[in-house]
Amino acid sequence: MQVDIVITLRESILDPKGKASHHALENLGFRDISGVRIGKFIQLDIDTDDAARARNIATEACEKLLANTVMEDFEIRIPEKSVS
Amino acid sequence: MPFRSRLQALYKPFPLIDASRILVHHKKTKTNEIPRLMKFGVLVFPGSNCDHDAYHALKHIHGIDTTFIWHKEPDIGKVDGIIVPGGFSYGDYLRSGAIARFSPVMDAVARFAGKGGPVLGICNGFQILLEARLLPGTMMANEHLRFTCKFVHLTCQNHKTPFTASIPENLILSIPVAHGEGNYYADPELLKLLEDRHQIVFRYCDAHGQITPESNPNGSTANIAGICNDRGNVVGMMPHPERAVENEIGSDHGRYLFESALSRVVSAS
Repeated sequence: MQVDIVITLRESILDPKGKASHHALENLGFRDISGVRIGKFIQLDIDTDDAARARNIATEACEKLLANTVMEDFEIRIPEKSVS
Repeated sequence: MPFRSRLQALYKPFPLIDASRILVHHKKTKTNEIPRLMKFGVLVFPGSNCDHDAYHALKHIHGIDTTFIWHKEPDIGKVDGIIVPGGFSYGDYLRSGAIARFSPVMDAVARFAGKGGPVLGICNGFQILLEARLLPGTMMANEHLRFTCKFVHLTCQNHKTPFTASIPENLILSIPVAHGEGNYYADPELLKLLEDRHQIVFRYCDAHGQITPESNPNGSTANIAGICNDRGNVVGMMPHPERAVENEIGSDHGRYLFESALSRVVSAS
C-alpha cells in the first residue's frame, strides 16, 4: 500500500526557503500569493492492505526519523488508488 | 632543518599543559586500577570531514592520546572525552544529523554523556547532538540561505563547561564558521530556560564583544553559537575550534577549548 507523507515546518517557525521563494514569486508579478511554505514529500510502500495499520506504521516512522517533531508537522495521506 | 624537526617544532604541545604527563585516575583507582594516559575519541561517520582536523588539534597540538571511533562501534572504550566532528554525515539527507543519530555509536555516546562524560559536538556534530536530543532546540537553514565560511567573533557566556573553563574572561574569540544550516532555533520558552540555566555557551558578537544582529552569521535565535546541556558536560557549537589551533592559519583561540578539556581531568567511566 502506498502512503504519502507531507512534512512542513510548523506555523510558528520561520521558513527561510519559503520566504525567499515568496519574494521571487512577488518579483515575477504573482501579487495574489500571500504566503509560501516549503516542505518535503515522502512516499512509503508498506507491505499491508490495512489502511489503519499502514497509517500507524507511517506515523511511527515520522515520529522516529522522517520528521523532526520539534519543528516540523507531518500529514499522512493514503491515496484512493491504494485502497482497493 | 630536517623536515621531521621542522614538523615537531611546528606541532609542539601547548606550552601550558603537556597532556602526555597527565594521568587519569579513575574512581576505581583505589582498587588497584593502573592510572592511564588521558584519551579522547573522535567519532567518524560516513561523510564526516572535520574528523582529521579534530584529531590533529587533540593529538598533534595538545599531545592528547586520541583515537578515531567508527560510527558502527557499539562501544566507545575507555575515553575521557568525545568529539562529534563536523562534516556532512550521511550527506545531510533528510535533515542534518538526522540519520547519524541512529548510528550504533550514538547509544554509547548517550550513555557516556549520561554519566557526565565530556562531549563536544562541532558544526554537524552539534546538529547530530540536537537530533539525538542530547541538547535542546533545533537547527534550520541559514536565514540568508547561503553557505557561510568565515571567521566570526564569539563571546563565551559560560566558563563552567569542560570545554570553556580555560577561556580567559572577556576574551573575544576569533574562530571560523562553515555551514549552511547553523540557524539555531529555540522558541521563547526554551530560550528563557537556556538563559535561566546558563546553557548558552557562545554567542556571536562583533570585535568589541557587542552582541549585534550584524554579527550574527546565520540568523540564530539570540545570536546563539553554542549551548550545553543542563549538566554542562555536553557542549554543541557551530564554529570550528579545531580549525583555529595555529596562528599560521589565522587564529589559535580554538586551543582554549581543548586546553579546558585537559585542565579538567575527570573521567566518567
